[in-house]
Amino acid sequence: MNQRHAEIGLLLAAAALPLVLQSFGEDYYIGFATRLLIFALAATGLNFIVGYGGMVAFGHAAFFGIGAYAVALLMAAGLFSAWLAWPLAVGAAALAALLIGAVSLRTRGVYFIMITLAFAQMIYYSVISLKFAGGDDGLPLARRSTLAPLDLANDATLYWVTLALLAACLFALQRLAASRYGSALAGLRQNETRMEAIGYPVRHIKLVCFVVGAAVAGLAGALLANQNGMASPSQLYWTQSGMLLVMVILGGVGRRYGGVLGAIALLGLEEVLGRVTEHSHFYVGLALLAVVLFAPHGLAGLWARQK
Amino acid sequence: MGTTEVTALLEIAGLKRHFGGLWATNGVDLTLEAGEIHALIGPNGAGKTTLIHLISGALLPDAGTLHFAGADITRCNMHERVARGITRSYQITQIFPQLSLLENVRLAVQARRRDWGSSLRFWRPASADVQMIAEAGDWLGRVGLAAAAGQLAGDVSHGERRALELAMALATRPRLLLLDEPLAGMGPEEAEHMTRLIAGLRKHAGPPQVFPGPQGGERRAATLSGGAFNGEQTVLLVEHDMDIVFRLADRISVLVAGRIIASGAPAAVRENQEVRRAYLGDEL
Ligand SMILES: Nc1ncnc2c1ncn2[C@@H]1O[C@H](COP(=O)(O)OP(=O)(O)OP(=O)(O)O)[C@@H](O)[C@H]1O
Ligand SMILES: [Mg+2]
Repeated sequence: MNQRHAEIGLLLAAAALPLVLQSFGEDYYIGFATRLLIFALAATGLNFIVGYGGMVAFGHAAFFGIGAYAVALLMAAGLFSAWLAWPLAVGAAALAALLIGAVSLRTRGVYFIMITLAFAQMIYYSVISLKFAGGDDGLPLARRSTLAPLDLANDATLYWVTLALLAACLFALQRLAASRYGSALAGLRQNETRMEAIGYPVRHIKLVCFVVGAAVAGLAGALLANQNGMASPSQLYWTQSGMLLVMVILGGVGRRYGGVLGAIALLGLEEVLGRVTEHSHFYVGLALLAVVLFAPHGLAGLWARQK
Repeated sequence: MGTTEVTALLEIAGLKRHFGGLWATNGVDLTLEAGEIHALIGPNGAGKTTLIHLISGALLPDAGTLHFAGADITRCNMHERVARGITRSYQITQIFPQLSLLENVRLAVQARRRDWGSSLRFWRPASADVQMIAEAGDWLGRVGLAAAAGQLAGDVSHGERRALELAMALATRPRLLLLDEPLAGMGPEEAEHMTRLIAGLRKHAGPPQVFPGPQGGERRAATLSGGAFNGEQTVLLVEHDMDIVFRLADRISVLVAGRIIASGAPAAVRENQEVRRAYLGDEL
């Protein structure tokens, strides 16, 4: 009950943020906050795969990028409606995950890390070699998607839509984790051999998890293309996968809000440090080291210990 | 059921499997009859566990066939075999250490029902299915663990974990139960408890005995009747302790170096010269 109240309180505070920022004339930060939420969404998808499914995947950028490119390409082809383009972007990411997962899930451990990375890099190099996808320069959006009756051209509206989608995804994933399917995932994390022995189709269960996490990243990608005004190759690059993984570790692997906390902490830290020093990456690295050493369950774990 | 006709539940023919240059299973022919407790004995490294792997589908054979209840299952994977009614235990304990005993067994019940694949599987909380949880509690009671239902599986004793594994295997309601050294590493008391549990699986007539629990007795009997305890439970038991083998087994097969060198009623196997030479020698 208490937790529910805290969650609703936080959600309302987050919803009020653009109004506060506007009243202070800091409109720039609405865009920044939207970015935070978008990365929180992508990292939440990855956290579902890594933390709930127990699969350390190093190719999440592929699904994030596919979502963005799907929106950009559809727009280039004349489809502006978010009602159509965003579900298609999610579907494209899910389909890619289905194919990649079906192959990759035959391996495990380090091999799984390597093969997901390899697939993601293949997609990266394919996309930058495609003229119609903008090559190295990426693909600009003519304007933001239309989401009638809402006007996404308004920064605050895009922020609210992103917030609503993040909240909805968090809620749905939470339901999923507590469902019978989720209990099978929990069993898999602890003992795959035993799950097999009592008759679970282990690889199918993992594949579903992989696809769900990727679909969430696809949605985040669609949002990022709108926020950035373009789909860019850097979104597909392996460093992006690494960054998302860092967010999950920082926030707390397998924690409900691990992805959200990690994204806010990492991007927030970069933003703040970027203002005072040129070596912000160094200090971000130090911060990560500190978390890994002193808070092995991430920021979410610290929080839980306080209580 | 009234007939006493013996029917083959599992038929293994010419089964082979190698690891590198070693034929761990080297031409095994074996028939398990419905309702029997069949003991598989043999020295260390004889290939007993490998044979269990091959029957359960954890390994696929290089040659030979497996027929279960008339159907060819040679290429079936593990979960297909569980669905057909073959469930195994492991020589080394395999549990979910961070889950309660109840949740351990509930996962097995859920696996059997296969309704985690229904339309509600992704949305409805697992904790809302009281019937499934009650059934899991019944199975725990059946192996004497009702009082420990809420404890984490990682926190209970070795003997209790082995009993938990039996409850999980039974909760899938197998027609054929494969037990790989279920008494390994147990003290005398725990071993005696487990032996009684296994003996209780044989030709069990009438409604099952259930330990008293929080739920009403009638429903409990309803959930447990049929399935595992209708006298159809066939068991393949790997065990080293000869006293227990002779106490439990209807038939015994002796595996040496990947081959079955003798198979038959306990008395006959005990008298078999080849078996005495190869294996039982000093024990009898
Ligand atoms: N995965 C494997 N790779 C290589 N060799 C193996 C493998 N599994 C088993 N073996 C070998 O196959 C032979 C049979 O092993 P298995 O475990 O089936 O014997 P066992 O009869 O169960 O022995 P124990 O009584 O010690 O449990 C042994 O020589 C073993 O070393
Ligand atoms: Mg063995």
